[in-house]
Order: sequence, then C-alpha cells, then structure tokens
Amino acid sequence: MHTTWIIARREFGRYFATPAAYAVAFLFLLVLGILFYANIEASAMRSFMMPGYAPGVEIIINPMTTLLVFIVPVLTMRLLAEEQRSGTIELLLTAPVRDAAIIVGKWLGSFLFVAVLILLTLLYPLALNQLVQPGIDWGQVASGFTGLLLMAAALTALGTAISALFSNQIAAAIASLAVFLALWLIGYPASAGGGASSVWQYLDFSSHFYDTLARGIFDTRDIIYYLSVTALGLFLGTVILEMRRWR
Amino acid sequence: MAEAVIQVQNLTKTYGPRVAIDRLNFQAHKGEILGFLGPNGAGKTTTMRILTAYMPPTAGQARIAGFDVVDDSLEVRKRVGYLPERVPLYDDLSVLDYLLFMGKLRGVSDVDARAWEVLERVGLAERADSFVASLSKGMRQRLGLAQAILHQPEVLILDEPTIGLDPTQVVEVRDLIREIGREHTVLLSTHILAEAQQLCDRVLIINQGRIVAEDSPRNLQARLQGGQRIFVAVRGEVGQPLLQKLRSLEGVRLVETPAPDRLEIIAAEGQEVRPQIARTVLESGYDLLEIRLAEMTLEEIFLQLVGDNAPAAKGAAEAPHTEEA
Repeated sequence: MHTTWIIARREFGRYFATPAAYAVAFLFLLVLGILFYANIEASAMRSFMMPGYAPGVEIIINPMTTLLVFIVPVLTMRLLAEEQRSGTIELLLTAPVRDAAIIVGKWLGSFLFVAVLILLTLLYPLALNQLVQPGIDWGQVASGFTGLLLMAAALTALGTAISALFSNQIAAAIASLAVFLALWLIGYPASAGGGASSVWQYLDFSSHFYDTLARGIFDTRDIIYYLSVTALGLFLGTVILEMRRWR
Repeated sequence: MAEAVIQVQNLTKTYGPRVAIDRLNFQAHKGEILGFLGPNGAGKTTTMRILTAYMPPTAGQARIAGFDVVDDSLEVRKRVGYLPERVPLYDDLSVLDYLLFMGKLRGVSDVDARAWEVLERVGLAERADSFVASLSKGMRQRLGLAQAILHQPEVLILDEPTIGLDPTQVVEVRDLIREIGREHTVLLSTHILAEAQQLCDRVLIINQGRIVAEDSPRNLQARLQGGQRIFVAVRGEVGQPLLQKLRSLEGVRLVETPAPDRLEIIAAEGQEVRPQIARTVLESGYDLLEIRLAEMTLEEIFLQLVGDNAPAAKGAAEAPHTEEA
C-alpha cells in the first residue's frame, strides 16, 4: 500500500512536469469552454422561441465523456511504455515492490490527474447555475460527475494495462484509443440487431452513462460495471507486467 | 568459510530455442568481489537479471542470503542493489529527487540523510539539484551506483559499471567498488580483463552461457604478466614432493596440475626455468615425456577460452584443481 502511494504520487507529479500533460489539459478545458459557450448561445436563442426552456447540466457532462475517450490514451500511454523503453522498468521490477503495486500506483497517479481535470470543470455548472432560472439540478451534477469519475477510473485502468504491453508510447495510445472506441460503440451494432444481444449491450461503455448517471439516476449496476472494468484493467495490467518477467 | 551469500545451482535460462545460460554453478561469499568476464551475449546480463529477481530462471536455483530468487523474490530484492547496464534513470527528476524516490520505494529509513550520504560518497553532492537529464555519462554512472548502494544492500550486482567512463572516472568508480566490496558481496560483469584483475577476488569467465574458467586474479595476473608458461607431461601421477620441489625453484611463480600427469608452470618474467624443471622432474624419478613452452597473455587465454576453439575451452573448464604457488 505504501509503495503504491509512492508510485502514484510520482506519476501524478510527473504530469505537472511534462508539457504534453499541460497541452492535453489545456485542450480539454478549451474544447469544453467552446462547447459550453456555443451551447449557452444556442439555448439563449431557443428560450426566445420556447419560453421556460433552460439547458441542463448535460450540456457540460455529455461532451466531456467523448473528450475523455480521446484524452485518456494520451495521458496513460506513457505510464509503463516509457519505463520499458528507457529501461527504468528494471529498477521498478528489482525494487521490493509487488507488480500489482506498480500497476495500481501508476493507475492511481493518472486517475488522480484526470480527476483533477474533471473537478476543474465543476466551474461550468456553477456558471450555468447563475445563468438559468430557477438554477440547475444539483442531483444531476452529483450523479453526472460521479459517472465521469467512474468512467475515468475505468478508462485509465484499461490505458494502464495497454501501456504495459508496449515500449512505444504512440503505439500504446493508438491501441488504447482503439479499445476505448470499440467499447464505446459496441452497443450500436447490438441495438441494430434487435434485443437478443443483451451481452453486448451490457458491455457498452456509453449506455451505462448516458441512460442513467448523466440523467441524475444512480443505478448500482452502472457503478458496478465501471468498477469491474477498473478492476479488470488493473488485473490485466498486473498479469501483463508479470508476463514480461517470464519472457 | 562463511555461508555463501550468492548461491547458484544449475541455473538455466532459455529464450525460446536459444539457451542464454546453461547450468551455471557458482558461489560468492561475504566481502568478496566476484568478476563476471565474458564477451557480449555470453549470458552475463541474463544471470544478473535472474539474481536480482527481475526475471525467473527456466531451471535451476539461485539464492541470495538464503532466499530463493523466485519463491522469496521480495526478500531478495530488499537485499540486492543493482546497477543495470543501461543505467536507467528518470531524466525528469533532479539528482536528489531521484535518490529520494528510489529510497522511499525501497523503504530506506531516514531517506534524506542517507541520500546525501550516498551523494557525498559518489561525489555528486554539488549536483544534487541538477536534473538527471543534464548529467554527463560518468555522472549518470555514479548516480546509478549511488542508487544501487542507497539501501545498504548485502549484495551489489553491477552490470558493466565502468563502461563509457573516462580514465579518471574509471579509477574513481573502481575505488568506490573496492571500498564497497569490503563490507558487501559484489558481483560485477565486465569485458575488460585488466579491470577484473584489479577489482576482483575471483573471476568467472563465461562464454555462450557456460562458465569456461574460474580463477583467482593472482593466477590471472601471473598469466597476464607474460611470464613463460610451460607445459610438462610426465609418466604417472605427479606427487606432492615433486610439486614442492618445483615450487621452491627460483623463478617459478606458479605450479598447477590440470591433470594428474600434467604440470602447468608459470615462470617469473624474463626467467628461463626449463632446464631446472627438466632436471628436477628427472631427479625425482619421473619420466619426462614432454616439456613445451606456451607464452600467453590473459587476452590470449581469454580468446582461447571464449573463442570457438572448443577443445581449449573444454580443457579449461575441466581444470578444476588449481593450486597457487
């Protein structure tokens, strides 16, 4: 536990030392800001025609999920791939630290960074609250942001595991993006094919969010889904690291 | 002799069909500096990676301070300091932060004081705030060494510790290793023969995954200095009285018996001892079958051992009984 935390703090700190992480954070907040502005403007127009219309917090939360799918690969690509490329993995694997502690520490560091990014965007609901009458639904904010954090945990865990497979950061990023998009879209062909493929539906990453958490509904099934994906990612990461030893 | 700190039995590692190391057996004791000498690809790094619990062996056993590298790998890792060949460092950290990170990871108590102590020892204290990326190759090497001794390990494993250093730095690093070797067990690999001779109490020569010779540097030194090397064959088994007589001859540095009826004699530099040897052998009542001169430098011995000259390598590997003069 102790060593996990040492590694997590190191990873978290490393984001603040690299320009790439700042660039990602900047892009994330910039795109959200533009979308927020555009949404507010569109809503203002709409409220002329439909008196009483007010945008909900989903105008912030929904684009963030899509953005996460694209920024998490960039933030997790380095975690183990860079250690493997530079050879520092030899230091980690010969220090008295369990393989699982390395993976969990790496994941925790990247998750905390994404969590900071997500929590920074709480500014938008605060701003929106000032703009709409009679204010926004804070229950929806709570469930939406919980959902975003859960989603971030799951995506960073998968990204960590995929990073352990590579010694090239770019390859790790592209592979992560491919996996994320597959999980994101896996429900679409299923829903097109009829109701029989509920397994695919269950595995779908986005429906666990858009159908419930984004609307202010806490459903334990969705929370369990994201937590199990997180656990699976960390488990696979540990197995991959262990397998590297046996090669 | 005390119990061996490093114990290796029939250690084997294969990468697919390729055999990296093949049934290695050796030991190292406390306060001993053991040299691993061999060409690139001989299996030195593989052996070291197994001993540091970085990777498990395919077969065989390795123990560090009594702990098995597979079954008790965390205990092994606590007791081993390791400087890998590539000297992996985190470029984005300062020298001090790097040591603090590694120290915390290894659970070093009072890590601040210890990091400074180690920095002083490797002569990097004034660069404590520099980024690792800005260090010269020699400094990186010394920082890697600092990292390896940070947690005061019982066993220090150094993969090519002086590679890429300038001559002054080489001397510094060697002094440091010698100093560390007084209290700890050091296993270092090198392909520089002179280095192995200067530093090591014992040298293992490894080629193609096998130990082809094991010798004390005194013997190696005797060979390196280019004194005459004389092979003698007699009829019957050589007895102790003859060995004693030969050793007491003036100009004889070393007498070995590679086989019961063979003698290998190394003379001091510039000394002609063959007539005395021949006389002594005959006077002791032996039939002298052959007396032959073979001058060899350690480089030549090394080349012969590690070359594709299989009979020579085999012969050396089968020469276990070595007596020093």
